[in-house]
Amino acid sequence: MSIIHIESVSKTYGATRALQDVSLMLEGDKIYGLLGRNGAGKTTLIKIITNKLFADSGRVLIDGQSACENDRAQAKLYCMTEGNVHPWNMKVREGFRWALEFHPRFDRDYALVLAERFDLEMDKQIKDLSSGYSSVFKLILTLASGAPVIIFDEPVLGLDAAHRELFYRELIASYSANPRMVIIATHLIDEVADLLEEVIIIKKGRIALAEPVESILKRAYSVSGDSEKVDAFSRGKNVIHEETMGKFKAVTIFQQRDDGDKARMQDLGLELIPARLQHVFINLTD
Amino acid sequence: MQFNAESEKPIFQQFAEQIEEGILKGIYGEESQIPSTTEVAVTYRINPATANRGVNLLVDEGIVYKKRGIGMFVSVGAREKIIAKRKATFYESYVLPMIREAGNLELTESDTLTMVERGMKDEHNTH
Repeated sequence: MSIIHIESVSKTYGATRALQDVSLMLEGDKIYGLLGRNGAGKTTLIKIITNKLFADSGRVLIDGQSACENDRAQAKLYCMTEGNVHPWNMKVREGFRWALEFHPRFDRDYALVLAERFDLEMDKQIKDLSSGYSSVFKLILTLASGAPVIIFDEPVLGLDAAHRELFYRELIASYSANPRMVIIATHLIDEVADLLEEVIIIKKGRIALAEPVESILKRAYSVSGDSEKVDAFSRGKNVIHEETMGKFKAVTIFQQRDDGDKARMQDLGLELIPARLQHVFINLTD
Repeated sequence: MQFNAESEKPIFQQFAEQIEEGILKGIYGEESQIPSTTEVAVTYRINPATANRGVNLLVDEGIVYKKRGIGMFVSVGAREKIIAKRKATFYESYVLPMIREAGNLELTESDTLTMVERGMKDEHNTH
């Protein structure tokens, strides 16, 4: 089990404050979603964790050791973007052999099984792979890396629908067989929502929310009905989304509901629906 | 098994109900094995912890039990337990919503009762 401590990390590019005082603790063999819109700071944070970028201030600890310029700490992580460093005239087959030299825990047999499932051509040069297959190659390197922490940054970009499905299934299968910390950074929230156990929402360089999915779901709900009655009910509550169609209205509320709310909902004749995970996440990143 | 993404129920609860459905229909007999949480998680690409919560609902009610290292199995008497549980909620889950909908449609009490009787007869004839 791994622990990643992120302590007050800030990063500025010119006038852009990419990360502002970000503190997080990631702990255990869980699937984390790092969710946010494009430009929210997801990649910057991953680059700091993986020592590709220095923070202006703050620090990252991996199992208590500094992540910065520390090979021992970094050896615990494998980030999908490492697939970019392969000599590009290398064939896929050689690429897998090469990975084994740099990552002794790399599971080549598993990589070969995955390559077959994705129909990845083993004798093609890495540089000749289509953008979709280039992603597939990197996904396979990551899944088979054997690292206790694996990190995906926008894993399905360029993949077609069938390969996206296959990737998500292989990820779950691999995680079930071999639990470890998985971090998925993506803006494609509805695709990953059901895969996650923990959610970190990043918005304009700040952490908007970091919680287990379960506790988020306990606090989020939707009510619908006559729009005036819905308004009467939701006044003063934390409404994160609303939809109106004529006199009908549905709102998503992100706030613990109490017995009084329940009774009031019944009095007003409003219908209660559990909120859909992806709606909550999408609204919180907006 | 089929999950409905738009359903009002959380996925883990839908999963538990699907297994119950299977037990009621005799697809999973007593002492037979139900799909593993890994199988379910992979097939529906949901977090294994979510699938586990569904199974745990059934374990807590004594409907299935765990054989260490082998998998999950249907308990003896599971079907009777499910029937008893569903009988207890039948009124709230089926009868009341039906009466409310009948009210929305301005069906009279005797219209509604006639339909129930007709339904009973039709079902009886087809089975």
